[in-house]
Amino acid sequence: MVGYFFIKPRNMPTIQTDLNIEAIRNDFPILNEVVNGKQLVYFDNAATTQKPRAVLDAISGYYEHYNANIHRGIHHLAEKATSAFEASRRRIQEYINAPQHEEVIFTYGTTDGINLVAQTYGRAFLKEGDEILITTMEHHSNIVPWQMLCEEKGCVLRVIPINDAGELLMDEYEKMLSERTKFVSVVHVSNSLGTINPVAEIIEKAHQVGAKVLIDGAQATSHLHIDVQALDCDFFTFSLHKMYGPTGMGVLYGKRELLEAMPPFRGGGEMIKEVTFERSTYNDLPYKFEAGTPNIADVVAAKYALDYVASLGKDAIGTYEHDLLTYATDALQSIDGLRIIGTAKEKISVISFILDGAHHQDTGVLLDQQGIAIRTGHHCTQPLMRRFGIPGTSRASFAVYNTTEEIDRLVQGLHKVKKMLG
Amino acid sequence: MSNTINEIQDELIEDFELFDDWESKYEYIIDLGKQFPPLEEQYKTEENIIKGCQSKVWLHAFMDDNKLLFEADSDAIIVRGLVSMLVKVLSGHTPEEIAKSDLYFMERIGLHQHLAQTRSNGLASMLKQMKAYAIAYQAVNN
Repeated sequence: MVGYFFIKPRNMPTIQTDLNIEAIRNDFPILNEVVNGKQLVYFDNAATTQKPRAVLDAISGYYEHYNANIHRGIHHLAEKATSAFEASRRRIQEYINAPQHEEVIFTYGTTDGINLVAQTYGRAFLKEGDEILITTMEHHSNIVPWQMLCEEKGCVLRVIPINDAGELLMDEYEKMLSERTKFVSVVHVSNSLGTINPVAEIIEKAHQVGAKVLIDGAQATSHLHIDVQALDCDFFTFSLHKMYGPTGMGVLYGKRELLEAMPPFRGGGEMIKEVTFERSTYNDLPYKFEAGTPNIADVVAAKYALDYVASLGKDAIGTYEHDLLTYATDALQSIDGLRIIGTAKEKISVISFILDGAHHQDTGVLLDQQGIAIRTGHHCTQPLMRRFGIPGTSRASFAVYNTTEEIDRLVQGLHKVKKMLG
Repeated sequence: MSNTINEIQDELIEDFELFDDWESKYEYIIDLGKQFPPLEEQYKTEENIIKGCQSKVWLHAFMDDNKLLFEADSDAIIVRGLVSMLVKVLSGHTPEEIAKSDLYFMERIGLHQHLAQTRSNGLASMLKQMKAYAIAYQAVNN
């Protein structure tokens, strides 16, 4: 990795990679957008990634050629749509190495998956005095559903603390575990800090006291290999739109015996076996949790997102993104008055920072004027911001189509922000 | 006789016509933000706060000699500059004038996206609140 210490010719990647970044960029039409007169630099990938042509084509291809409601139709289009829908389920099963495809439940996204577990497993199996553990770095979507449950059932929500680098205090976690601990719901990778949490260890320790574990994989799935069997997690939930797939769909993986034992979440069509006005019986997994017509087009297209990632190679992507993170960390640290929030040893390609004397919103507005899209604010992690004593941060997050030239533009942009606000 | 709301808007539009790039435009807004007198701490209350997702805006309204006056503040400097313009345009007119006013200057200056970002900066909510005060005082006066 000596490559990037040299002065580089323009438009050449300064990071050594086997990936053809130029070609990859061409797969994403949106990267050609001009924003405020400048070529777009998109560094808001932790919020949502852009979509490759293959995914866009899959969505329009579905609507153009085989749009039909699935599972019940007997005509050609319905069969074709059902096959594509179920093929996506099996592709996702393979992607996360779930033992059975019935354990892959389609949801509207990560938030939906967490709510499903809180409202079904939680309401059925947790009771007054039971403890639910989360961490300081949770997204609001992994806080509020549990607070709602605690309010209803009288459970106790406890929070695993972190150190100043943004890493979990595992000793404290172990001390918090007891026979009262019934559920642990932990973010795999922090959206605000980029920290990769030691989830395998967290799961193992939780299981030792008999607690069930949900992993919020929203930020993890696009960057890391996910093997739910190796992790031995009880639930794993993520969204496809953060991994080059469409918005409005996500996945909840759950161990079969748990999903079988859980009551249904929403009532309606598809999730039933038989309905009378006296009572209804429920469908088998996974349909028990998939009431109503699902987001067929986006589920179908999700497979193409995973195929796209696979065609590039998950390892190559991970290495390249890590090199972008290293490059950007060095470059940003060279700016006077810039402080990186979240300096964990294990990180994905997310950098949160604060700039002395600059409100994060001002930073965001002035970068936007320069065509650079970052995220500013509390990132839906207000308790975490409070832990660091700050109202929010500016956050740049990188995906496989980003380049060191774009990071250079961010650095130049930030120098301009400093000058203008100074 | 002080200027009408529309005269002040037109002056602002004219001021901004001098700038031909985004940098001078935003430097001017930042300057306005810096020059805008801060709101006295006693008025930075929970009641006067308009919470955006990203920045906070405080708005204090009071009547003086049949005129509705506004004082405001924000923790972000660009929002502060924008707030100062809204105050400049609307403060010091009768509640009737404020209630029926049509604000077009943000759009004409090319800053309407800041009013559209309802959740992020609280500016749109501030404008709504200013009008609400005007309507409330109008009712009291009648």
